[in-house]
Amino acid sequence: MKDNTLLQLNNISVVYSDVIQVLKGVSLLVEQNKIVSLLGSNGAGKTTTLKAISGLLKPENGKVTDGTLMYEGKEIQNSAPEDITRMGIIQVLEGRQPFKYLTIEENLRVGTATRWGKPYKKDMELIYDYFPPLVKRKKTLAGYCSGGELQMLVIGRALIAHPKLLLLDEPSLGLAPLVVKEIFKIIRRINEEQGTTIILVEQNANMALQIAHYGYVMENGKIVMEGKADELKKNPDVREFYLGMGASGLTKSYKDVKAYKRRKRWL
Amino acid sequence: MDFLIQLLVNGISIGFLYGLAAMGFVMIFKSSSVLNFAHGELLAAGAFIFLTLVTWAKLPIFLAFVITLAGTFVLGFVIERLFLRPLIGEPLIYVIMLTVGLASIFKGLMLLIWGGNLYIYPDFLPAHLSIQMGSINIPPVYVISIVIGLLFLTLFGFFFKFSSQGIYMRSVADNQTASLSLGVNVRRVFALSWAIAALVAGMSGIILGIINGINVHDLSSVGLKVFPVVILGGLDSIGGAIVGGLIIGLLETFTGGYLSPSLRDVVPYIVLVFILLVRPYGLFGLVEIERV
Ligand SMILES: Nc1ncnc2c1ncn2[C@@H]1O[C@H](COP(=O)(O)OP(=O)(O)OP(=O)(O)O)[C@@H](O)[C@H]1O
Ligand SMILES: [Mg+2]
Repeated sequence: MKDNTLLQLNNISVVYSDVIQVLKGVSLLVEQNKIVSLLGSNGAGKTTTLKAISGLLKPENGKVTDGTLMYEGKEIQNSAPEDITRMGIIQVLEGRQPFKYLTIEENLRVGTATRWGKPYKKDMELIYDYFPPLVKRKKTLAGYCSGGELQMLVIGRALIAHPKLLLLDEPSLGLAPLVVKEIFKIIRRINEEQGTTIILVEQNANMALQIAHYGYVMENGKIVMEGKADELKKNPDVREFYLGMGASGLTKSYKDVKAYKRRKRWL
Repeated sequence: MDFLIQLLVNGISIGFLYGLAAMGFVMIFKSSSVLNFAHGELLAAGAFIFLTLVTWAKLPIFLAFVITLAGTFVLGFVIERLFLRPLIGEPLIYVIMLTVGLASIFKGLMLLIWGGNLYIYPDFLPAHLSIQMGSINIPPVYVISIVIGLLFLTLFGFFFKFSSQGIYMRSVADNQTASLSLGVNVRRVFALSWAIAALVAGMSGIILGIINGINVHDLSSVGLKVFPVVILGGLDSIGGAIVGGLIIGLLETFTGGYLSPSLRDVVPYIVLVFILLVRPYGLFGLVEIERV
């Protein structure tokens, strides 16, 4: 193992409810201070992979049945989320999931749960610095905030825990293009300024590969491709299936169905 | 007029006790979706622990009070550890049946130890606590009950609004997965909500015991009265529990005062049925925030 490896998944399998096998031998490597993007279509197993890392499989009756998850040299597969979060891994869930009946500020305070008694005021300032739109909404119930504000909130809520490894599950989901751009800029800033290592799960491969250093492509519970972000961007298959461009660079619109069939064969 | 005011005061003080007991019930429900059918037994336990400390151990009243509160707190904690925790993740109906079973066990134990007799506490409340206004006389226990009710209400208000643990408890009630993802110790939150619920139930038990006397059957049936209160207030609203308690308390005393004492215990359930028919989510249930 190289020195700057933060997390390594070795051939892990994940099974839900003892029978539904979703991950079939996934291996990936995440280096310190890098943004690693995990791409793939619906149901590929991206969220499951993140949950295997963060320990959140357990409440869903899922389990890592095979392989190892090494984090900072320790095996962490099937550890409790309480322990994993305290080692510095925080997952931002798919679909935002704010605490609706808590104000923005209270939501952020929950992010300090992994620490004992330390003052959090300074951290709040940091979050408001990254996400200025939240300042005005401090006292508003999260349930009444817009999608963009909520995505900022849930990233901020995770960031306030000072994670070493931040797992982001589809932060662009359901947001307007300009907001997505804004949020991705902030994600890159967090990575550069805080040195936070990030695993970024995305459908929006175009955006993800712009800020990621490295990328993996997942299909049907397996990694089918990996490489440096620039290389993936140039890869004709990725261009066609994930960036929505044919080899010629023209946008394909009417051939989605056909493309889907071809993808199946390609696997 | 004097009679009305008298009833009003009695109703409010009883209502606070119902409200506080119901608040504990709602806390357990909100954090873990469990309906605690052993709530009345927790009330009775508080009253009997206090009785034992005061009459048998002859402790000073204040000390006995504090020890009882600490004792019921620990009791709630232990119940969660021993009985509820092993069932985390099992279908809720098992957990609810478990609380029904616990209710019988606790009741049986208390009957075994103290029997089914009616006890009364020695008269320890200083008479000067009573309030005299014209011909209206408010006995000390009602004064105490209102004071303690307000005190606990403020205390819990601050706890839930400002303390970290309080905010974590609300976050778990709001979205358990998201709480887990941020490292909130959800099991500790469950344990704490049981402990706090048992503590407030025990305290309500003590004061209800002072008002009505202490009897296993009477006190544990108050646990049933928690249902109309929380249905009225909305199962998921802590503030609603208090308001629901006040309404039921007032209804009871007014029915007892103006109609007939034998009707007073029936009225809450008539209200329960009526509310369920008209507003199944309660008068003060949380308004579901739909956007998001
Ligand atoms: N709790 C669960 N129990 C059983 N099967 C599950 C569970 N959660 C997910 N799955 C299944 O696992 C597969 C992968 O799901 P997962 O959520 O990891 O995909 P994903 O790549 O995140 O997809 P999306 O892009 O739609 O979010 C799906 O077929 C899904 O039905
Ligand atoms: Mg997903």
